[in-house]
Amino acid sequence: MSLPDDYRFTRDHEWVSVDGDIATIGITAHAAEQLGDVVFVELPSVGTSFEKGDVFSVVESVKAAVDCYMPVSGEVTEINETLESAYEIMNEDPQGQGWIVRIRMTDTTEIDQLMTAKAYADYLSTVE
Amino acid sequence: MNCKDPFPGIKGLIFDEPLIFNRSESGRNGCSVPDDDLVDFTYSIPDTFLLRDDIPGMPEVCELDMVRHYTRLSQWNYSVDLGMYPLGSCTMKYNPKVNEEIASLDGFAQLHPHTPIHLSQGALQVMYDLARYLTEISGLSAVTLQPSAGAQGELAGMLIIKSFHVNNGDSQRVNVLIPDSAHGTNPASCVLAGLKAVEIKSGPDGRLDPEAIVPYLNESLAGIMMTNPNTLGIFETHADKVADMIHGAGGLVYMDGANLNALMGIVKPADLGVDVQHINLHKTFSTPHGGGGPGSGPVAVSEKLKPFLPIPIIEFDGERYMYQWDRPLSIGRLHGFMGNFAVMLRAYAYIRALGPDGIRSVSEAAILNANYIKEKLRPYYNLPYNDICKHECVLNDEYQAKNSITTMDIAKRLMDYGFHPPTVYFPLIVHGAIMIEPTESESRRNLDQFINAMIRIAQEAEENPDLLKSAPHLPKLTRLDETLAARKLILRWTPDA
Repeated sequence: MSLPDDYRFTRDHEWVSVDGDIATIGITAHAAEQLGDVVFVELPSVGTSFEKGDVFSVVESVKAAVDCYMPVSGEVTEINETLESAYEIMNEDPQGQGWIVRIRMTDTTEIDQLMTAKAYADYLSTVE
Repeated sequence: MNCKDPFPGIKGLIFDEPLIFNRSESGRNGCSVPDDDLVDFTYSIPDTFLLRDDIPGMPEVCELDMVRHYTRLSQWNYSVDLGMYPLGSCTMKYNPKVNEEIASLDGFAQLHPHTPIHLSQGALQVMYDLARYLTEISGLSAVTLQPSAGAQGELAGMLIIKSFHVNNGDSQRVNVLIPDSAHGTNPASCVLAGLKAVEIKSGPDGRLDPEAIVPYLNESLAGIMMTNPNTLGIFETHADKVADMIHGAGGLVYMDGANLNALMGIVKPADLGVDVQHINLHKTFSTPHGGGGPGSGPVAVSEKLKPFLPIPIIEFDGERYMYQWDRPLSIGRLHGFMGNFAVMLRAYAYIRALGPDGIRSVSEAAILNANYIKEKLRPYYNLPYNDICKHECVLNDEYQAKNSITTMDIAKRLMDYGFHPPTVYFPLIVHGAIMIEPTESESRRNLDQFINAMIRIAQEAEENPDLLKSAPHLPKLTRLDETLAARKLILRWTPDA
């Protein structure tokens, strides 16, 4: 499984891709594979503010429903509306087209506390 | 191991059957109604828009077609009366037929819930006595029978805990600690009651580590929700210590009683420091359940929580049973009447038939059966938490992963052998969990048959993995597309579909 070098990761298997103060957030390919076929994604509303660690989405698969936690604090600027009908993109391209939300970060230094691709790969080898 | 019996899952004559709407023939019906001879009678219905000429799509069938339709559908069912149903966490034990007889007695079955109490003393006595028995089994002080299911019992328990704190002027006590092995309903009930769920990670041995709750022992603590034995089927050995810590910090202890089938007659939850617990009559006390009901989730509470029980409660003055409504601290009513009475009758009959010694042997046999399965299967399936289990055991698919066989494939294949699959992918803390609860109902011969099927499946996973990936092969329908079913729900039939 490929982990983009410019992404950051959490222990709960979310990824973050940063562009200025905008962060795009989704679940990792590892998480999508563990979940199996996704059948529903609960999306937050644009304009909602979240603190780091807050639940911002619930992803439901044929096996389980799991909470997604905010890797960084911020306000939702965009949601991936494709996920409201085409859930399969979360399995097909979790780290790309299957992104969940974009937020405007309130504290861009929070990014530095997240794992790099290498650190996440090492972490995965301990949980598998 | 010798296989004494052939496996029950062989293909028989299975009838196909269309939807009842597709059996419909215009003008056909099940009975002949005489012609209307009330020629001089004038209808007087003011709101004529309420009238309609026909009901779109109502099926028109004769009696025989209808009987065959539903009889055929019933043959597609699987139930504990047909075979073993080792669905972990659900306690699918056998429901003795004598309980059905008792619940069908005219005096009970024909009783209207609005019958005045001086004419329904027998029914009140059954509820009063059943509550007493549950008090004895739990070791707690009082019981409400109103909640219609386990989750409503949890909600009642959480509302009682909340009311207790509010009444003490401690409305800031909102945090409820819930181990990550909890039933999914626990956090939901907590939030529905206006409290806040705080997840606690289980320790490496699958138990709640008392150290893990230390950071939460403060002024915000409302209490803890524990399932004991927990969803791994393991007894929470620190339960009494945890209860002391919670009490010391001003909190209350709620026990999810879903797994009471491992404790009753052996451990009284009150002795573990429990203040409130719900009891699933439909599981532990043997009443038919599954497919959404009917359930019954009585709640037992300690002395200090008694004033908060739902109204009315049933009292007995030595001569007469009566409802008591004057309870100003009560959380209110939880049910239109007194709960699912017919379920209570079956549970009452079950407890009376077993007696105290029988109740204890139920738990002992349930524990023995689960450990027997665990020990026989552990050479073939990975056991993530190696410990003595209580009434259920949790295995997983780790040994089969090298052949790309998953828990889902194993569960599907088990249907070919004539068994209901176990609970799968729960508890969430075990990857690919296979949760087996045989209950006390199954004989050793039945257990061996199930174990043999599981061993055969483990061998098939090595030798012929494709057989498992495409399983089941024998049921009326084979592997279903669960993803499509979940993504494109069809909730009802429509005439033009």
